[in-house]
Amino acid sequence: MPSSKRQWLWFLINIVILAGIFTLVQYMIATRMLNQYYQINLASMCINIILAVSLNLINGFTGQLSLGHAGFMAVGAYVAAVCTKSMDLSFIPAIIAGSLAAALAGLIIGVPTLRLRGDYLAIATLGFGEIIRVILQNIEEVGGPAGIVGIERLTTWPYLFLATVITIIVIQNLINSSYGRAIISVREDEVAAEMMGVNTTWYKVMAFMIGAGFAGLAGALFAHYFYIIKPDTFNFLKSFDILVMVVLGGLGSTTGAILAAIFITVLTAYLQAFPAIRMIIYAMILILVMIYRPQGLLGNKELTRKTFSRFWGGSA
Amino acid sequence: MRMKRCVAVLVLALFAMGMVAGCEQKAPNQATPAPQAGEILVGLNCELSGGVASYGTNAANGAKLAIDEINAKGGVLGKQLKVLERDSQSKTDEAMNVSADLVSKGIVAQIGPLVSGAVAACTPVMNENKVPLIAPAATAPGATVDEKTGETFPYIFRACFLDSDQGVRMAEYAYDTLNMKTAAIYGSNSDDYAKGLAKYFKEAFEAKGGKIVAQEGYVSGDKDFKATLTKIKAAQPEFIYVPGYYQEVSILIKQARELGITVPMGGGDGWDSPDMITVAGAEALNNTYFTNHYSVQDPKPEIANFVKAYEQKYSKTPDSFAALGYDSAYLLAEAIKAADSADPVKVAEALAKTKDFPGITGTMTFNEKHNPVKSIVVIEFKDGKLVSH
Repeated sequence: MPSSKRQWLWFLINIVILAGIFTLVQYMIATRMLNQYYQINLASMCINIILAVSLNLINGFTGQLSLGHAGFMAVGAYVAAVCTKSMDLSFIPAIIAGSLAAALAGLIIGVPTLRLRGDYLAIATLGFGEIIRVILQNIEEVGGPAGIVGIERLTTWPYLFLATVITIIVIQNLINSSYGRAIISVREDEVAAEMMGVNTTWYKVMAFMIGAGFAGLAGALFAHYFYIIKPDTFNFLKSFDILVMVVLGGLGSTTGAILAAIFITVLTAYLQAFPAIRMIIYAMILILVMIYRPQGLLGNKELTRKTFSRFWGGSA
Repeated sequence: MRMKRCVAVLVLALFAMGMVAGCEQKAPNQATPAPQAGEILVGLNCELSGGVASYGTNAANGAKLAIDEINAKGGVLGKQLKVLERDSQSKTDEAMNVSADLVSKGIVAQIGPLVSGAVAACTPVMNENKVPLIAPAATAPGATVDEKTGETFPYIFRACFLDSDQGVRMAEYAYDTLNMKTAAIYGSNSDDYAKGLAKYFKEAFEAKGGKIVAQEGYVSGDKDFKATLTKIKAAQPEFIYVPGYYQEVSILIKQARELGITVPMGGGDGWDSPDMITVAGAEALNNTYFTNHYSVQDPKPEIANFVKAYEQKYSKTPDSFAALGYDSAYLLAEAIKAADSADPVKVAEALAKTKDFPGITGTMTFNEKHNPVKSIVVIEFKDGKLVSH
């Protein structure tokens, strides 16, 4: 066990590293070293990290297979966009409103569906995700199938960075708390957990709500970065994209989800130049990873400083 | 333990490869974008996969055919046009991402995307970087105009007519040419496209002094239209306007003829599909008309040549999207010639001044909103053949 002094030291080092990353990228943007294309991919990367980490909480840690993540993202995106566009709210309240609305949607959907297990739950969440999309498609006030066009671009690097860091910290700390133990116990064996007095439904709904809330946050950032949102953007294929990141990174590994989100974003961007074979290469990589690494890149392990020190033979 | 470590190294290597792959692309980008001498880069940002892949693929094929032809004739300003083709996956965020990528590569202009929403996502990138975008088929009125301020986007152009133009054209044709004084409207209620067509047809037809005796709607996916058709028949219109897509319209027309409705019927470019004849039958389609970008069976030599060249290259019949993509590329080439420069800003200025450009889809002149004022063909089904008017 590291002493509390050591913990403080590591805490400070972490802060310095984060501040370093932030300042470096901010500097590169300010000096135009990162052109618009890289900035867009950086934004996609941050949004994908938030989505993957939040879905990982539901799919990886709680063990509930949800296929409706894009639906929650849509709720966050639409609510936030309506807030800034029609109600003239500033950006931060809009983000919060979007996240809360998505969390509420998570609650509404979670309560009836989380009684289901496995495949049944997957199908039910898939259906709910589509329902959200179809409802949005039929509300004329938010543009119907054409969506909301001309959203102000308010998402900037500080917001993206802060949102990503907050997402990771909140979810990581949740998992390491007693709530997190309960959540993981649900995944490991629901019956045993219930026998030990864990209110499984409560913890499942809570994890679902928190995951949905962060998906809403990602949606709000997305809407204010890409100028336009339409219901089609949030179809079930988007949910699968996020699921791919989580499975690729390893169900139940936050660092895995982060690495996979970065990997998939870079891969998609790189393969844009080969439109004809893009999908083949993308699929091949997924198949290869699944054959040789069925538990995902990191399995359910986390990449921590311990991992590194073991690797280089040092003792932690 | 050893095994585990090996796997871990492998995985890290895979990541590293991904990163390097990403960085490799970075290298040429870092330098000031400067296309090689003797080449002019043209960006193609089309939906090559995803929901509307068929639109994007056909338009991209059309554009590539045009550029091959231009290059075979010696290129523009003595330089060859080089296509940079990217896939936006039918996603709006990817379309924007692709635009930013293409712009950073130093393209003179971008052709695509096809869908109005994707064009809207690219618009800020194009305007900010001052690179023109030619949208082959974005029909939404707001695609070229800032709806908040009413100002035309300086770098956004489109090659197609608007839904409003189509509705008005059919109203004029029905009233003036076919001499119809009363009409019924029975269109799709499921999409903005058909609703727009119905609205503009109604306005134009009534403005001319015609009378709309019935207006009904159906939902996409409907298979039985007989009840509503009986109602329309009772109103005794001289003409029925059916804006919508061929999937429903073909069945609708067949059922109308079965009910003994013999009056002429009309529609928009959503009717453009070989399935119309296979489903409705040549006989039922007699006396029906639709507005379209162009007609494949047009005997004009430039159209016949285009159709022949396209069929030879891609072994399929070019649809409207292919023709619009083809026209977009030629529009761009003409503008580069007129500007006498491959500078995107000058090309955009020249594009705005385009006048009487002879395209496959009609003669185009851009108005102040960067919309082409162009002829719209009315095509008649005659014994299973398409006759253009």
